[in-house]
Amino acid sequence: MEVFIVNLIAATFRVSTPIVLAAIGETYSERAGILNLGIEGIMYFGAFVGFLTADKSGSLWLGLLVAILSGILFGLLMGLFTVTLGVNQHVSGLGITLLLSGLTLFAFRLFYGGRSTPPSIPSFQTLKILPDNPILGPILSQYWLTYVTFLVIVPLAWWILYRTNFGLKIRSVGENPEAVDAAGISVPAVRYAALAIGGGLMAAGGAFLSLFQLGAFTHGIISGRGWVAIAIVIFGNWHPIRVMLGGLIFGGTFALQLRLQAMGLQLPIPYETFLALPYVVTIIALVIAGRNASYPAALLKPYRRE
Amino acid sequence: MEAKRFPYQLIKTDTPPFWMRPLIPVLILLTTFLITAGLILTARANPFQAYYYFLISPLSSQVSFLEVLVKATPLMLTGVAVTFAFATGYYNIGAEGQLYAGAIAAAWLGIVLGGLPPLIALPLMIIGGFLAGMAWALIPALLKVRLAVDEVVTTLLMNSIMAYIVSAILNGPWRDPTSGWPQSPEIAESTMFFKLIPRSRLHFGFIVGLIAIAVLWFVLTQTSFGLKMRAVGLGKPAAQFAGISVGRTTLIAALISGGIAGIAGVSEVAGIQYHLIGDLSANYGYTGVIIATLGGLNAIGVFVASLFFGLIDTGAQTVSRAMGVPVYLGQVTQAVMLLVALGMYLLQRYRIVRRV
Repeated sequence: MEVFIVNLIAATFRVSTPIVLAAIGETYSERAGILNLGIEGIMYFGAFVGFLTADKSGSLWLGLLVAILSGILFGLLMGLFTVTLGVNQHVSGLGITLLLSGLTLFAFRLFYGGRSTPPSIPSFQTLKILPDNPILGPILSQYWLTYVTFLVIVPLAWWILYRTNFGLKIRSVGENPEAVDAAGISVPAVRYAALAIGGGLMAAGGAFLSLFQLGAFTHGIISGRGWVAIAIVIFGNWHPIRVMLGGLIFGGTFALQLRLQAMGLQLPIPYETFLALPYVVTIIALVIAGRNASYPAALLKPYRRE
Repeated sequence: MEAKRFPYQLIKTDTPPFWMRPLIPVLILLTTFLITAGLILTARANPFQAYYYFLISPLSSQVSFLEVLVKATPLMLTGVAVTFAFATGYYNIGAEGQLYAGAIAAAWLGIVLGGLPPLIALPLMIIGGFLAGMAWALIPALLKVRLAVDEVVTTLLMNSIMAYIVSAILNGPWRDPTSGWPQSPEIAESTMFFKLIPRSRLHFGFIVGLIAIAVLWFVLTQTSFGLKMRAVGLGKPAAQFAGISVGRTTLIAALISGGIAGIAGVSEVAGIQYHLIGDLSANYGYTGVIIATLGGLNAIGVFVASLFFGLIDTGAQTVSRAMGVPVYLGQVTQAVMLLVALGMYLLQRYRIVRRV
């Protein structure tokens, strides 16, 4: 039982990492007033381009860097449509997701052909901290990006959004862009910046799966994690710490299902129930949070000076 | 004090220049193919030759032309489904899940109704799929109307839940006992959609798609409900002020949308696969969003866009077979076309002028 719980906690942090990274990225975007449905595609492309770069150059670090740069680029593309052109955010986000998933599959076929086993590379290894301790050893044995996510990226997001001038600008363009404009600050510039940061984090989340956890790229590598991240942002009321908690809850359920499946337990219900459970929980959470959810006031609204 | 500003700006115009209107589709096509030409070059293929296989060659033989119509069939249905919702300002991204709900119903009814003559069985299949898609659309629609929960997120999540339900069914009760494949038992012959043309894959679903297009046209332009839908879509407060029940209108439109997406699932099961399988839909639900948007949320537009996307899907297979360009070129082309069109429609409403 003790081993089970220790492994479950360890797996929860590992499984949550990509979701939390992407959800924090989406938090930046939505705080600035842009719902980025391109998230699923940006994660997918990030996972692939990171893998491809690492495979061809032999450097995992270069792979991660290229993935993040691709995310920034497509965050900016989202900005071109939603900030500069001011078109419907749902449709342009979905368009970017379809573009990037198509592009990824196209490039995958081009570079790796129609092989049946996914190509793999030696991935980043977990850090060994207190390896002899039976409880802390497995829990602390995580990838460095997991540490960076929970100890740096999440607190930093809170600090930036609530304690810096730049964060104030992000929150303001998401609440009241007219006032920001009147204060002589460029609304588009702040929104582009938030989308770029957001895109970079989303792609890093995707690359975590291919460069850390799997060391491989598969067609179903993201399989809806981006949509989960979107839900978690609402669940977390656009607050980085609460978004992180939402990510951990999702990761926990997912890890539990993986453990139970790995133990070969014969359950009276199909294991898909556990896979679907986080989505059901999120919908219920949305219903409960629905009344209190404080959507950024200018979310989905393009800003154009009259 | 303003720093250096971009020397051009967009000015809103109510009437686009008259020469612009017919030019826009041409510009969209040219720009899209210019962008995808780069992709074709990376596959070391000649873009002009690729475009021939892509756009001309499917239309040059009867077999491949019918295949275009086969590919257009599910897109017509999901395109109509999404249009019903979007025109009412309800952003149903859940057509993919609703399609599978209809497909499950069809796979079940296809066995249960085995003894009935086709004349009775086929309408029951379609009604069953409609109800199943509607039921799956009901939860997010009610949450939206009653509790103001954002439908974009819930419909997306419902898609993921449906994917797991399909997987649970196919790996559990419906796993093929003889082959072990995750696919449902074959539906009875009397419930299969008949072929419109012998020795082709074109089936009754295409007629159903045409009817759906006609229904969309009729509802949107000839009924007072269509007027209400569009009023709600244009702006909820104004519609409310005009005495329209926004909640009721949204709910009905959302349910019709889910139902028609469900019929798309029936059409694929009863017309093409004869089984429920995990990858029954090649993103038809999501592509429906593109079709509805490109089609300008009207029936004729959706019809033309579905046919064109059917052509692209067929063409992508031809290019893939003939030149070894990955078949995913089709999906990329469709997405690029959407993004280009989004930019272009805006050009129609705005003029670029130099700042003075």
